[in-house]
Amino acid sequence: MEIKSTSSNKSPENVGDTERWGSLITGGALVLTGLSQRSLRGALMAIAGGTLAYHGAAGQKSLADTVTEAAGLDKPIRVEKTVTIQNKSPEELYTFWHDFGNLPTFMKHLKSVTVISETRSHWIANAPLGASVEWDAEIITDRPNQLITWASVEGADVSNSGFVRFQSAPPGRGTEVKVVMEYSPPGGGLTAAIAKVFGENPEQQIGEDLRRFKMLMEAGEFATIEGQSSGRRS
Amino acid sequence: MRAVCWQGTNKVEVETVPDPKIINPRDAIVKITSTAICGSDLHLYNGLNPTMQKGDIIGHEFMGEVVELGRKVTNVKIGDRVVVPFTIACGSCFFCNRQLTSQCDNSNPSPWGVEQLMGYSPSGLFGYSHLTGGYAGGQAEYARVPFADVGLFKIPDGLTDEQVIFLTDIFPTGYMAAENCNIQPGDTVAIWGCGPVGQFAIRSALMLGAERVIAIDRVPERLQMAKLSGAEVLNYEEIEVGDALKEMTGGRGPDAVMDAVGMEAHGMGLEGFYDKAMQAVKLETDRPNVLRQAIVACRKGGTVSVPGVYTGLVDKIPMGAFMNKGLTMKTGQTNVHKYLPKLLDRIQNGDIDPSFVITHTMPLEQAPHGYEIFKHKKDSCIKIVLKPGLLDSPLTTLEPFPTSL
Ligand SMILES: NC(=O)c1ccc[n+]([C@@H]2O[C@H](COP(=O)([O-])OP(=O)(O)OC[C@H]3O[C@@H](n4cnc5c(N)ncnc54)[C@H](O)[C@@H]3O)[C@@H](O)[C@H]2O)c1
Ligand SMILES: [Zn+2]
Ligand SMILES: [Zn+2]
Repeated sequence: MEIKSTSSNKSPENVGDTERWGSLITGGALVLTGLSQRSLRGALMAIAGGTLAYHGAAGQKSLADTVTEAAGLDKPIRVEKTVTIQNKSPEELYTFWHDFGNLPTFMKHLKSVTVISETRSHWIANAPLGASVEWDAEIITDRPNQLITWASVEGADVSNSGFVRFQSAPPGRGTEVKVVMEYSPPGGGLTAAIAKVFGENPEQQIGEDLRRFKMLMEAGEFATIEGQSSGRRS
Repeated sequence: MRAVCWQGTNKVEVETVPDPKIINPRDAIVKITSTAICGSDLHLYNGLNPTMQKGDIIGHEFMGEVVELGRKVTNVKIGDRVVVPFTIACGSCFFCNRQLTSQCDNSNPSPWGVEQLMGYSPSGLFGYSHLTGGYAGGQAEYARVPFADVGLFKIPDGLTDEQVIFLTDIFPTGYMAAENCNIQPGDTVAIWGCGPVGQFAIRSALMLGAERVIAIDRVPERLQMAKLSGAEVLNYEEIEVGDALKEMTGGRGPDAVMDAVGMEAHGMGLEGFYDKAMQAVKLETDRPNVLRQAIVACRKGGTVSVPGVYTGLVDKIPMGAFMNKGLTMKTGQTNVHKYLPKLLDRIQNGDIDPSFVITHTMPLEQAPHGYEIFKHKKDSCIKIVLKPGLLDSPLTTLEPFPTSL
């Protein structure tokens, strides 16, 4: 079921949330903490002008949202992580990232990302036992050298949305790359699989992916001890 | 190859393990000709680091010959004779750009754990637990060196292994610790610990213009060596150190104090007992007896330099003294890459011959014996160099160090 954005019906409280989200996404506010617990996707839409169908719009909650929320089923998992990368401009980092096929090189659990059109791409992540989860994502906002926001579309194995923002740090301090991401565990058998995809600790997982991005950009390779020798007796 | 593996508290064994191989394009493999045992290794040997895993290859002071290069290492050649800083650094992050290579952002492959403990992760280190990356160390026949294009320093002909091996750690460590003392003309520096780090700190403080260095320990041959290095010495078992320092400095106190002992300081009396008990029940991970003493002994407005290693929590630091006297503290694992070239120059100029600190040279195979005598200061042991090349022949001891002058 899809529900169109209903921006006409904003309660003041929700409007405040959206503004604060907007401020985070575009670089005004710095941290996620304290923002409302349910509106990343909506905020992303609101900022883009609401062009994609989605649940739980910028203002009013849908009936489905209200029901799942009341039943405690909606708890989306939301993660925010930032790294600073030295000696690379926002342009360089944005360009590398925007070539989505590059993402699996540093995102451990991604198997592939295939670009389908200007705004749509198909994502496959590894799940345990050789299984995988897939989704199509739609770019909602694309501001060259600054911001990419996305949301999965109907039919995703895991509904997710998020943004990556590139912003110059103070002079000589490189470029800050912030990722905020939210996904809803689908329930049922898939939940465990998803937990494996994003790890027991999604914040650690995304943090490590971002750190690998930093290593790749700064050092040109990933520090590792995998494959080194030891006197471990197995 | 043969390698020294940590197998538990007070247990290291020389074992046959797979040869290291190139993993990353910036790696190199070094065939080791000399490798030393460090006071830092004793913290691992003594079981004070809970992130050690059985089978870890230890050792972080090593040098040798380049035998294999990753495709991105173009500034050294196969066959080059090199020394290897114990801190692993990428050479291009914020910290490396500022020569703070022991704080490199990119060399710890698994920083998550240490971030929980310290907020941010320092650099990876060779052979020094999984807190600092879990890298295999250099008490072995071969070692893999990551980021070898910045982590290998070519040694000019004409210098022996013994003269240059300590560029990997303890010479730069003593030097940085002395530099951290902010030495001004006329300054007196008090240094706790006359182990190898203390010895290089004494000589470095004098090189950097200290008027006087007062060195503190209780081991006779170490005090003797300190004296030969140019320090006045105090035996803390024979004298109340704080009082003595005050008297020796005209009632002013030393301008800078240095803790070259670290988290396993030997404590005297009740206080020592307290820390041992706290450490045993894990309420305290480190015993800061020396740090406490040094802070109280330091003159007002002076500097506390801490090359001694700490890993976790300490108890009862005299913060009141530190704050009210307006002290400054400087510390850190050593930024070896920063100091290595200029200290190599010093060696070439003949300003210093670092081999003075070596008391024992033995085959790699005898590492377990080496750890034992170094830990217990048996056989007048101050610094051991292990030679993977030497056959397991009878132990060769250099000229015994004179125990009286
Ligand atoms: N910052 C760095 O990068 C770095 C590098 C190398 C070593 N270290 C650390 O420096 C410290 C010294 O290293 P080392 O190789 O000289 O070790 P070491 O164990 O040989 O020397 C320590 C000395 O301290 C003395 N000592 C113990 N308790 C004392 C006390 N209460 N007062 C005065 N002296 C006391 C011991 O008798 C010994 O001689 C260790 O903590 C080591 O981990 C730090
Ligand atoms: Zn060392
Ligand atoms: Zn670095």
